[in-house]
Amino acid sequence: MLNRQMSKGILMLAMAMLLVFAAACGNGGSGGETGNAPAESANGAQENGGSKPAEEEAKLSGDIVIDGSSTVYPLTEAAAEEFNKEHPDVRVTVGVSGTGGGFEKFAAGEIAIADASRPIKDEEAQKAKDGGVDFIELSVAYDGLSVVINKENDWVDHLTVEELNKIFAAGSTVKTWADVREGFPAEPITLFSPGADSGTYDYFNEAILDKKGIRNDDLISFSEDDNTLVQGVAGNKGGIGYFGFAYFEENADKLKVVPIEAGNGPVEPTLETIKDGSYSPLSRPLYIYVNKAELERPEVKAFVQYYIDNIGSMAAEVGYVPLPDEQYAKEAAKIEG
Amino acid sequence: MGVLQDANRKQIAGRRRLDFALHLLFVAATSVGVVVLMALLVDILIDGASRLQPDLFNQYPSRRASQAGMKSAIVGSLYMLVIMAPLSFVLGVGAAIYLEEYAPKNRLTRLIQLNISTLAGVPSIVYGILGLAIFVRAMQLDRSLLAGALTMTLLVLPIIIVSSQEAIRAVPRSRREASFALGANKWQTVARAVLPSAFPGILTGVILAMSRAIGETAPLVMIGAMTYVAFLPNDLLDSFTVMPIQIYNWIARPQAEFRELAAAGIVVLLAVLLLMNFAAILLRNKYNKKV
Repeated sequence: MLNRQMSKGILMLAMAMLLVFAAACGNGGSGGETGNAPAESANGAQENGGSKPAEEEAKLSGDIVIDGSSTVYPLTEAAAEEFNKEHPDVRVTVGVSGTGGGFEKFAAGEIAIADASRPIKDEEAQKAKDGGVDFIELSVAYDGLSVVINKENDWVDHLTVEELNKIFAAGSTVKTWADVREGFPAEPITLFSPGADSGTYDYFNEAILDKKGIRNDDLISFSEDDNTLVQGVAGNKGGIGYFGFAYFEENADKLKVVPIEAGNGPVEPTLETIKDGSYSPLSRPLYIYVNKAELERPEVKAFVQYYIDNIGSMAAEVGYVPLPDEQYAKEAAKIEG
Repeated sequence: MGVLQDANRKQIAGRRRLDFALHLLFVAATSVGVVVLMALLVDILIDGASRLQPDLFNQYPSRRASQAGMKSAIVGSLYMLVIMAPLSFVLGVGAAIYLEEYAPKNRLTRLIQLNISTLAGVPSIVYGILGLAIFVRAMQLDRSLLAGALTMTLLVLPIIIVSSQEAIRAVPRSRREASFALGANKWQTVARAVLPSAFPGILTGVILAMSRAIGETAPLVMIGAMTYVAFLPNDLLDSFTVMPIQIYNWIARPQAEFRELAAAGIVVLLAVLLLMNFAAILLRNKYNKKV
């Protein structure tokens, strides 16, 4: 009797879940766990049909596993999404375990492409080599690290690279804005920075802090979520922080961006200044790293080509700055070479 | 005499006041939780209401918030539950029965017991690291649905074992003794006398553990669950994504529209949780009546 009861219990549990499942995804997913691939893909082809006749290109299929930087994620997602419309049978998946985490998986040969918001480090490249992974590096877009301050901050019109270094670098003694430059009010300063695991921090460390590392005391807060940094700066009159251009662009009504002076007069990050390189040293290229062995697979090659050919027109939509056209041509040549 | 009565009355009035004050305190303690929770729910509902549309369930992730949905995440979460539920049920309840009914009461058993209770409090990311080492790398399951489900099974096992043990322990000794007195052996006693009466408690524990699992992100990110998945898993070894990962990704995006999507995603997640807890209550009531 118990057995019957127990199995009934399990059955009800399963049924309850099935109910939720059915309610949740109306038409989709009826294939079940052991579902049939052909039916699924046929379905996909139908849904996305019309974009390109099947005869035009050989039908590609297979899995492409991508992982890495969450900064590059929106770009790769955009490329995958559009690529899938033309090649519904190629299953592209993108993860976000961070630039460092991505390179680790890349070196172990677990993924085909690594998203990176900074160039690969020597030891990471060595690891990949040791793991038998040969790769190419492709830059896909620019991001302008934006230094932002509170809307009510009316004393900062620009900051120099040295001043940024003075504010953020390890061992900094800056406690109020008056310590930054003579003439600034003695408003207490509060700092906001992405966490030390992020490529954004790595780049800032290299470009501004001379690799000395960032200060770590009670005036600075770290967060992996850039929206938290936005809120921090927006809520503190003496706040200052830095993050990707997209996060400033979306919150331009709440924040003020700081023009950066690096010897050629203060430059504010805009689509133009980031693209033509005059917003220096804080405009950085974003990369994808492709495993050469994987590139032999036609679907991977097609995807990477698609990525380089089309990302320029999609970059602005997700908050990044496209490379100049001739740069994309150079990157495309690397795929062939 | 009169003085004494006055003193008494004062004392009693004083106690009543204390009683009343504590009453207020406890009401306040209860309402803090409820009010904050309600505020959160209302806030999320307001943010997400406009996005609670079929698209959320029918569309795959997209760079455009207006076209993005969480179909693959919802299906991934549910598949994972379906794989995980029977596994953790059998293993967890089995271990609980052994520990409560069969295991000799010695030092080894106590050590195991201590371990299990400790494991129930270990941060979930640790299970992610364990899952990465064992399932993803050593067993070469890759970043698959199965690896994810097995990792989550490990995560919820201690909770299920502990709660099942509590339920089994709560069965009155007289039931067991009556069964033995009728000549039943151990398994017959366990199966026919103990488990039926412990079953509602066990089931509640299992479903609450499942509810915890469905909200977990960290261990799955660790073992390499994906964020962008534009297909439904066809078999156990396919890669997958789950609702909390998709929601986190949307929250972290710069564009405000994604935050509305995230709110809608949270509403869906809460609805699934609510359904599961509701099922737990229904099942418990059903079995409570029978025994």
